Amino acid sequence: MSVILVFLLVIVGFAGWWLSHQRLMAKPWLEQGVIGDIIGPEGSALPTAKIGLGVFLAVVGCLFALFTSAYFMRMALSDWQALPLPRVLWFNTGVLVLSSIALQCAVVAARRGQIDTVRLGLVTAGLTALAFLIGQLVAWRELTADGYLLTANPANSFFYLITGMHGLHILGGLVGLSRTTAGAWNGARPERLRLSVELCAMYWHFLLFVWLAIFALLAGWAATFIEICRQLLT
Amino acid sequence: MVDITPADAVPPAEVAEMELYHPHSWWTKYVFSQDAKVIAIQYSATATAIGLVALVLSWLMRLQLGFPGTFDFITPEAYYQFITMHGMIMVIYLLTALFLGGFGNYLIPLMVGARDMVFPYVNMLSYWIYLLAVLVLVSSFFAPGGPTGAGWTLYPPQAIMTGTPGGQDWGIMLMLISLILFIIGFTMGGLNYVVTVLQARTRGMTLMRLPLTVWGIFTATVMALLAFPALFVACVMMLFDRALGTSFFMPAIVEMGEQLQHGGGSPILFQHLFWFFGHPEVYIVALPAFGIVSDLISTHARKNIFGYRMMVWAIVGIGALSFVVWAHHMYVSGMHPYFGFFFATTTLIIAVPTAIKVYNWVLTLWRGDIHLTIPMLFALAFIVTFVNGGLTGLFLGNVVVDVPLSDTMFVVAHFHMVMGVAPILVIFGAIYHWYPKVTGRMLNEAMGRFHFWVTFLGAYLIFFPMHYIGLMGVPRRYNELTDMTVMTESAHHLNSFISIMAFMVGFAQMVFLFNLIWSIRHGREAGGNPWRATTLEWQTPQTPPAHGNFGKELPIVYRWAYDYSVPGAKEDFIPQNMPGSFGSSREPA
Amino acid sequence: MAVALVLVLVVVGSVLFHFLSPWWWTPIASNWDYIDNTIIITFWITGVVFAAVVLFMAYCVFRFRHRQGNQAAYEPENKRLEWWLTIVTAVGVTALLVPGLFVWNRFVSVPSDATEVEVVGQQWQWSFRLPGKDGKLGTSDTRNVSVENPLGVIASDPNGQDDVVVEAADLHLPVGKPVKMLLRSIDVLHDFYVPEFRAKMDMIPGSVTYFWFTPTKTGTFQVLCAELCGQGHPLMHGVVMVDTQEDYTAWLGEQQTFAQLSAPQQVGSAE
Repeated sequence: MSVILVFLLVIVGFAGWWLSHQRLMAKPWLEQGVIGDIIGPEGSALPTAKIGLGVFLAVVGCLFALFTSAYFMRMALSDWQALPLPRVLWFNTGVLVLSSIALQCAVVAARRGQIDTVRLGLVTAGLTALAFLIGQLVAWRELTADGYLLTANPANSFFYLITGMHGLHILGGLVGLSRTTAGAWNGARPERLRLSVELCAMYWHFLLFVWLAIFALLAGWAATFIEICRQLLT
Repeated sequence: MVDITPADAVPPAEVAEMELYHPHSWWTKYVFSQDAKVIAIQYSATATAIGLVALVLSWLMRLQLGFPGTFDFITPEAYYQFITMHGMIMVIYLLTALFLGGFGNYLIPLMVGARDMVFPYVNMLSYWIYLLAVLVLVSSFFAPGGPTGAGWTLYPPQAIMTGTPGGQDWGIMLMLISLILFIIGFTMGGLNYVVTVLQARTRGMTLMRLPLTVWGIFTATVMALLAFPALFVACVMMLFDRALGTSFFMPAIVEMGEQLQHGGGSPILFQHLFWFFGHPEVYIVALPAFGIVSDLISTHARKNIFGYRMMVWAIVGIGALSFVVWAHHMYVSGMHPYFGFFFATTTLIIAVPTAIKVYNWVLTLWRGDIHLTIPMLFALAFIVTFVNGGLTGLFLGNVVVDVPLSDTMFVVAHFHMVMGVAPILVIFGAIYHWYPKVTGRMLNEAMGRFHFWVTFLGAYLIFFPMHYIGLMGVPRRYNELTDMTVMTESAHHLNSFISIMAFMVGFAQMVFLFNLIWSIRHGREAGGNPWRATTLEWQTPQTPPAHGNFGKELPIVYRWAYDYSVPGAKEDFIPQNMPGSFGSSREPA
Repeated sequence: MAVALVLVLVVVGSVLFHFLSPWWWTPIASNWDYIDNTIIITFWITGVVFAAVVLFMAYCVFRFRHRQGNQAAYEPENKRLEWWLTIVTAVGVTALLVPGLFVWNRFVSVPSDATEVEVVGQQWQWSFRLPGKDGKLGTSDTRNVSVENPLGVIASDPNGQDDVVVEAADLHLPVGKPVKMLLRSIDVLHDFYVPEFRAKMDMIPGSVTYFWFTPTKTGTFQVLCAELCGQGHPLMHGVVMVDTQEDYTAWLGEQQTFAQLSAPQQVGSAE
């Protein structure tokens, strides 16, 4: 359970940092009237939707951290046999990076008001993300063809489970992305479009990060890395 | 601390407006509504309905335990299905849904001074997915083989094997699917509750001016968002084991002389995941109760909550600590014994902030002006049962004391007292307190008092003696206690007594339900602020509050939520949105 | 008034029930009276706290109940009082925790002279295995379980040949000798629980758990399963008989070893 505890420690650190700016030591019964320099409603200046997405990504991060924890705990048992990673995963990683870059370009373009570039970026991101999903399916088929079936070994089970879970999140993201793309064609208000493009990009970068972490996990690098850390500590 | 000069009315134009979805038809107003208040009532009604099922199941269980051999239709199979469904419904589908989906939805926007939740559409989806989860759960009663009888902890391997009702039928699959749906639905709602508190507080509503109700619900929701994924992971992996034949949790097993296909998995892994969710879950139910009861006591004792800052810090501290105590449910699970030292220590540390909260509640009563209204009665009863249940937690949390007591009726008595009876008493108190806001009418007083006395004393008489049956060594989850040397003849009589009490307490709930329905039309008119309370939900222009909550202008907050009996003020309460400075010397002497 | 009275009655009733009711733990038959003592300490500390809090509350309800013209005091906090209460609570909690951890340390440190006894749970019966003359238990694997080899002992392990196998029958233990119970299951979770011994531990298929104790009284004790194991869970009784050394030796002489049990089968399959 160490992975999830480290993840929670990060969340607690973040929450603590935020709370430390909320005057938790104040004696509220002594303070009457409108307090100090706060203008407008309380809360952050960031758009609410972004904060909402941020909280959601924390939940998603928690989910994958838990899968990772379970992975390591199951891995420690004797029947574990690592499976060879299909080469196509490298290609998929590249495609997903491209997808993130395309969305980042769309964000920059949206800030500058270049609607054509926004459209191009959104479509590229959508197509590359689709390509990633197809690539993942190809990887699954390769593995099953080579006899690495779901039930044969827990390493295989985890491979299908975690990549599948990540793929579902990409699929969900594609729904949001297609709505944004439709908005880019149907003349959504520029500030609205900018916000939704930014939200898509945020989600995409996060899922790219999750994918890289999963890739490292499934390839066995994460285990090696933790082993090295452990040796350094002891 | 600087005493800040009172500002007079602030121009409302500075308060940003949010866009609200305005319903156009009856359907979008009452059924597919995006108004948090309607969603709250939908959540509460659904939770109450499924809670009634759980109540009936508990009766059936008590029939079997109190009068063994009398009721043939309660087979061992059925008994295990009853306990499983009763536990799961109460913990997840009733308590979690009612506190967060019901009270959270109704109170958060009103109490922080918002028009609605920040993502109303997602909020609506949250309810409908919750309803779907409930329906899937109910459907398992009609599925071939019936619902699962694996116990609410769903421990593998037995949960997915033939020796357990529903293990190789539909029961366990429907249970897991229902839980997965619940978690998805809850996450949608939870995002709303958290972000609304973060972003939609009205001007002047700093965190330290929030009523403790909001603090409790907010912290519980944050915890739930981080804890439910663990249950999600456990459910998905178990679903794979059951449906696809993987071996995440399943070791090599010989079942009834036959080798199963699984091998190498770890049942303990499931327990870690389950309790990583399961322990925070206890506080997910308890923290909203803590918050609400603080407000009830303060309002009805006409005195500010004692030690508000400590109360806030304790809520946050308990919330954080509750993530590092989970394995105290696994002291005798066969995990590495050295974990026992760590988890016993963290578990007993958590008793300190919890005790501080109890002290502050009773110290709020000290030198108060205690109105013994029905909400106040329930709050007092909560303190009694919570202290009782919390103290028996010190038995079970102290690793070596847990060894003889774990998996006995002592545990059953403990967790019913602390996370069953105590939070439910708060729920009742809260309903008597806020019903006038929701409907505009008071609940009937005579029926209320009857309901209170039977529920409080009855529940105490059920669960207090039950500890001693556990102390004798009687294990839990036995459908018959006959043929057991530790179970004496007199203990059988005690068991029958407990069952009779359970029927009486259950009957009192029928009176309560009748009161809820009857008072909608026949209750006394309440007016906008019948309890003369300070918080914003009582200051709405209409009662019940209209869509958008606060009419044309959002309220502006000038003070904390507990300005009761301020020396020098005309009334014994000053609403949060009243400008001006009252009370010359507010520092305690 | 009535409310305050009921609160007092709740305290008085609970205390009287505790001391006067006939429902209490069964007489102990093992060395774990340490655990009983820890429970007694816990009862005293928690009992005092419960009575103090509820009686204080009852007094408040009586003394400060609403009457015409009353006004509540204005008292946001009292740092000194809160600190004192925190410290007193922390001391009380420490007084519970320290003896608890001390006893737990004993509980998990098995004495070196403890004899090993294996308990195997399956739906819904108990079997046992005792080391033979070599004093060692042979290794086992659930994959080996069959009708002839109900405990899945690995036949190729020489340590296992002389192990005494007690299938679905009573276990006998000599009084006064520490035993380490090695717990194993071949299907689902079980929990080997004898209320008189106080100790218990779950049995997990796929791994071996343990606890230890010293029986201190001769007699017959009922074994209960304390972890839900399917619908036969409440019927999963067993018997442990704690014997004097002579009786125990006599009993042991009547039991069959693994080699004896599997011998006829091996002859049959030799052709």
